[in-house]
Amino acid sequence: MDFKGSDTIPGPRTEDHLPHTAQAAVKIVIVGGFGVGKTTMVGSVSEIRPLTTEETMTQAGIGVDDDYGSESKTATTVAMDFGRIQITDQLVLYLFGTPGQERFWFLWNGLFEGALGAVVLVDTRRLEVSFDVMGRLEERGVPFVVAVNSFPDAPHYPVEELRTALDLGPEIPIIECDVRRRASSKDVLLTLTRFLHSLALSGALT
Amino acid sequence: MTPPRRKRRRPQHQSPPPAPAVKPAGGAEKPGNPERLYTIAGSTDGKRAELDLVTLIVARSAPPLSASPEVAAVLRLCTAPLSMAELSAYLQLPFSAMTVLITELIQAELVQARAPIVRQAAFDRSLLEAVMHGLQRL
Ligand SMILES: Nc1nc2c(ncn2[C@@H]2O[C@H](COP(=O)(O)OP(=O)(O)OP(=O)(O)O)[C@@H](O)[C@H]2O)c(=O)[nH]1
Ligand SMILES: [Mg+2]
Repeated sequence: MDFKGSDTIPGPRTEDHLPHTAQAAVKIVIVGGFGVGKTTMVGSVSEIRPLTTEETMTQAGIGVDDDYGSESKTATTVAMDFGRIQITDQLVLYLFGTPGQERFWFLWNGLFEGALGAVVLVDTRRLEVSFDVMGRLEERGVPFVVAVNSFPDAPHYPVEELRTALDLGPEIPIIECDVRRRASSKDVLLTLTRFLHSLALSGALT
Repeated sequence: MTPPRRKRRRPQHQSPPPAPAVKPAGGAEKPGNPERLYTIAGSTDGKRAELDLVTLIVARSAPPLSASPEVAAVLRLCTAPLSMAELSAYLQLPFSAMTVLITELIQAELVQARAPIVRQAAFDRSLLEAVMHGLQRL
């Protein structure tokens, strides 16, 4: 890998520096099908210009091929968008917007482990593209809320019809949003946080 | 028009977490409980630091004269706390390559790692309240 000299590496703008008191961070993951608005949501609420981190993965997910002669495994680079919100002088929230093919999301070591929870963005024109990821979150016990990103030509279903279609329990919040608007994306994150808080109160997370 | 229908799935407590995508150099990665607490990186001597995407890294000293351009860049970026994800983004290094580099720097006592707060058994309500208030101010 060619590495540029340290002087040419761009860093955060001065106003984006975290205070030295920043002690810990938490993360929330935004998932959903292709083109459903994940990147837009990260960008609309982030306080820093959204960034991209990468990971190298193999199709089999067992490790990068040491033996480049082998054609049985293909290494793939997966890139992920993320943004940041400073919560207090001590606490920082990171938002990760998972890209591309979902079979890679759960191979990304540490992405879902430890995340406070997830937002599943759905587009009612293509609800079924979000089915698998919801199932995987359920299997791993990652709490989530469903946010319906309102595209103009998308069919509109009453929330309870969506709840039935998505086979979600009555406790799981389903909200409509327009992720291009910061206030709307913020509402989605607040809904998730309130939901997590209610789970903590009811002891469901223990 | 009726929407397509899904069937919900159950938590699978027995299933092991997915294998790490890349084995860190020289590190024996133990299959961790997904709900495990992260240890403060560097506090367990000899073992590979468990670095999360949102572990905050802070430089402990200026780059030594012998530092490689990569190391000098990390130490310069981390004069203020910066997450592993941000370091990986700015240095354009894959996340797993970044963990190898930072593990070396922790062992050399050039950087300090501040562990993230993760979802865990005894979930912290005051933490969630802080997040709510922080979001409301946005
Ligand atoms: N009308 C409308 N358009 C939206 C909305 N949200 C996103 N878009 C547009 O939809 C397109 C896709 O949005 P992205 O944020 O790139 O979606 P994504 O989920 O990150 O897409 P991939 O990363 O490719 O899977 C963009 O052109 C957005 O401007 C919305 O709420 N309403
Ligand atoms: Mg995207």
